[in-house]
Amino acid sequence: MKVPSDLKYTKNDEWVKVEGDVAIVGITDYAQEQLSDVVFVEILLSAGDEASQGESCATVESVKAAADVYLPVSGTVTETNEDLPDNPEMVNSDPYGEAWMVKLTLSDPAELDGLMDAAAYEAYCQEREH
Amino acid sequence: MFFPHTPHDREEMLRATGVNSIEDFFTVVPAAQRFPRLNLPQAMSEMDAAQELRHIAEANETTREFACFLGAGAYNHYTPAVVDSILRRGEFYTAYTPYQPEVSQGTLQAIFEYQSMICALTGMEVSNASHYDGATAVAEAISMAYAQFRGKRTKMVLSPALHPHYRTTAHTYTQGSEVTINGDDSAPAAGPEALLSYVDEHTALVMVQYPDFFGRVYDLSALAEATHEAGALFGVAVNPLALGLLTPPGEFGADIVVGEGQPLGIPLSFGGPYLGIFATRKEYVRKMAGRLVGQTVDTRGQRGFVLTLTAREQHIRRERATSNICSNQGLMMLAVTVYLSALGKHGLKQVATLNYHKAHYAASRIAALPGFSLWQPKTPFFNEFTVQCPVSVAEINAHLLEHGILGGYDVAQDYPALQNHMLLAVTEMNRREEIDLLVDVLAEFAQEDSHE
Amino acid sequence: MSEPLLNELSQVGRQGVRYPAPDVPLADLPDGLTRHDLPLPEVSEIDVVRHFTRLSQLNHSIDTGFYPLGSCTMKYNPKINEETARLPGFLWVHPLQPVETVQGSLALMYHLQESIKEIGGFAAVTLQPAAGAHGELTGVLIMRAYHAANGHTERKKILIPDSAHGTNPASSAMAGLQVVQLPSDARGNIDLAALEAECDDTLLGLMLTNPNTLGLFDEHLEDIVRLVHDAGGLMYGDGANMNALLGIARPGDLGIDVMHFNLHKTFSTPHGGGGPGSGPVAVSAALADFLPAPIVDIIEPGDEELPPLYGFVTPKHSIGRVKAFHGHFGIFVRAYTYILMHGAEGLRQVAENAVLNANYLMAKLKGTYPVPYERPCMHEFVAEGQVEGAPDVRALDIAKRLLDYGIHPPTNYFPLIVHEALMIEPTETESKQMLDGFVVALEQIAAEARTNPEVLHTAPHNTPVGRLDEVKAAKELILTWE
Repeated sequence: MKVPSDLKYTKNDEWVKVEGDVAIVGITDYAQEQLSDVVFVEILLSAGDEASQGESCATVESVKAAADVYLPVSGTVTETNEDLPDNPEMVNSDPYGEAWMVKLTLSDPAELDGLMDAAAYEAYCQEREH
Repeated sequence: MFFPHTPHDREEMLRATGVNSIEDFFTVVPAAQRFPRLNLPQAMSEMDAAQELRHIAEANETTREFACFLGAGAYNHYTPAVVDSILRRGEFYTAYTPYQPEVSQGTLQAIFEYQSMICALTGMEVSNASHYDGATAVAEAISMAYAQFRGKRTKMVLSPALHPHYRTTAHTYTQGSEVTINGDDSAPAAGPEALLSYVDEHTALVMVQYPDFFGRVYDLSALAEATHEAGALFGVAVNPLALGLLTPPGEFGADIVVGEGQPLGIPLSFGGPYLGIFATRKEYVRKMAGRLVGQTVDTRGQRGFVLTLTAREQHIRRERATSNICSNQGLMMLAVTVYLSALGKHGLKQVATLNYHKAHYAASRIAALPGFSLWQPKTPFFNEFTVQCPVSVAEINAHLLEHGILGGYDVAQDYPALQNHMLLAVTEMNRREEIDLLVDVLAEFAQEDSHE
Repeated sequence: MSEPLLNELSQVGRQGVRYPAPDVPLADLPDGLTRHDLPLPEVSEIDVVRHFTRLSQLNHSIDTGFYPLGSCTMKYNPKINEETARLPGFLWVHPLQPVETVQGSLALMYHLQESIKEIGGFAAVTLQPAAGAHGELTGVLIMRAYHAANGHTERKKILIPDSAHGTNPASSAMAGLQVVQLPSDARGNIDLAALEAECDDTLLGLMLTNPNTLGLFDEHLEDIVRLVHDAGGLMYGDGANMNALLGIARPGDLGIDVMHFNLHKTFSTPHGGGGPGSGPVAVSAALADFLPAPIVDIIEPGDEELPPLYGFVTPKHSIGRVKAFHGHFGIFVRAYTYILMHGAEGLRQVAENAVLNANYLMAKLKGTYPVPYERPCMHEFVAEGQVEGAPDVRALDIAKRLLDYGIHPPTNYFPLIVHEALMIEPTETESKQMLDGFVVALEQIAAEARTNPEVLHTAPHNTPVGRLDEVKAAKELILTWE
């Protein structure tokens, strides 16, 4: 299981990557493994939307499970991944790269402090394995 | 009774489980409530039970003895023998939901064929494996429309000419939610476009019936267009048999088609089990509730069928699911599938056309009786029409019954403004002599009326 | 091996069923309202018969083999039920006929209502709900209406154990309730401390499946009922597992306020390949006024010469209809036939034999497959689908391999709280010889798992089709033949 060290994580298995004041959001390797083969992704936000932390931003379905993806941070959506709904399997193959879901400009960078770092998230995943 | 154990088997089994008596399994049940004495009739043999049930059934008077002109959502049609012959196959009726597709291809392919034929009939792109009945299918359409707009549109506009049971069911289903139902108590005399006055930017769904409860058939394309302009979904509740003749709703802009499948080979059986048809456009498929079968291949490269998109359903999404439904009307769906295939392209059109002509013959003869008239003579209808009568419907029906005729539905029960209005249904089962007899008996009231 | 689709059998111009020519003058068809094409298949009657007969032969069914599908109560469906439900007096009756002409149907519904009240220990019942899940929705709407009538609209919290069927939370959400999940304790009971912590004045009620989906009767039932009732909440009973309690205990006596029954499980009506079911809802006296309308009652009492007159009544504070007409009448006939043939003693024997069969299987299998909760079970039990010495073999592999032995697998991956669950419900209608054969099959499969796990991973081998590609089905979404 991959847990890149430069990302922040949530208890609901979303990751957020911050580049300047832009945040990129997706779901983790652990999450895609739990879901197994992803067959459907719907992104519920579009560019220009102002969205707050905890708001539902995407739905991901495999043949045996469904997951709602929540925004780890608040901000204004600048871009969504338009390729992803046509290629849902990218969630399995490249959860931290091609399968990003939403980009937004942060409205409250302090929210990042409330998220887990890689070490804490890895421990959190291991805990759930038992 | 149906327990195969011999005393010897039972003894051995008890020994294997390590208890002395069967009672020992139940010590966990609170002692004061354990082993109640049930006050039920003595057990009967199969022979006696069969006789008892025959006796109860004989207390009914049936549409086989009556000439039946009663419809109002359930219709007296002919079911070809082949339908029940297939339904009686134990491989179908003693199977359950096809959870193990490798040993359920019979049920799965039948559902796939049902989905295909419902789409062909309604002009829609996807159909589920069915809901309970027409009423609950309407309620599910409301849930779907609500889910489609993710709670941002909460207003449902229902036609007052939607079956009264469908409307009350919709109210029951939504009583705990923020959904509101509008327009359903407006005056039914107005055409469907009157509904537009209820439609605004909060409207999620506009739902009409086709033919409507009063039997009327309208061109709904303008209403569909206006509904779409308001950003809402357009739903149509159909009598599927009428679609053997009428333009399918998919051709005039329906987003959701629901309906009562009973006219397609399902016996009246005092109101159930029937079948809820539910079809929509492909773009809404993930918001649609209910079982769905898709085509795929197996490990050997053969075509096969599976339940698909199950991640929408309650066993996975639990409280986040659009609906709690976890079954379909399996056997009734099979009945409709066999019926539609046995009648096919030509047979369905033939029976629909028969219904149309017989109903129009009856309507024209009744309208010619002094004191009787068609409620809305200029509006087209299929096999059901509303007649304004000179006296109360109850009085007429009591008299008809004496002549062995099951009269029409008393519309005033649900629409108090329409006193003395009778809804009559005529199907392929009504021979011309029956229709003529109906007219002759009604004529007795016409004569009374003209003497006053 | 595969059967063609109907549209592939179709030949232009062929027709199965024909109708007589019109015996009335023809009317003009409505201008602009008729369809141009009706793209249905064109096949003959023999095509239809052969097609559906061949399809039927691709199914596993109770009539063809053992079907220990946990939680579904796949008991034998007596043939007499099919005869009685098709009596012309029942089949050819319109639901809106004058009540004087349908006294047989109404009498049957009345007596079925009375039987369900007596069997369950309840004061009133509606037969209207179409299935178990539909009964659940009806039940929670009744609970909600009861609290609202007493001025407690703030009561919106419903407690649901983690072992519950998904329909419980889904039904509650449809009724606008807030779902709180309760954990189970180490013995498979509801965690009492967690329950107590949730018992406050926002509590609407608790949905209890008892015996639960682990097949276990909750050891603290009396405490649970007391906690919920003391907090002002109502107890909902999920009747899915009533087969274990017939004549053993009446849920109403145990403190359940509202409960749905599954006629298609407990009372032997056929599952029909996924329905129609029937889910009557029974309630205590305090809730009787809230039942969906209409229900059957005696309108005029009879005397020595005349039977009573039955009719429909609407309870005073009815939540309304939950469907059109009166419910699945054809299913009522089958269930009533079954009750008549069993009587009080026979129904108790149903439960006893169902529980004996489940305990027998559990005793025989627990050396081969781990059983996480080791105490006497009720009508079903849950084992773990794993084999010592075969770490790669999963419950799914065992289930698929069972198909090669001609046995329908147990429910797998439910309940969610058991790892690799195999939920086994033999029902009372299976013989010791059938159960022993099942044990032998599962033992052989365990041996194969150790020596030749590949035969499990690639199973089934002897079925009409092999494992199907569900990912492809979900991605390509071919949902019709066009």
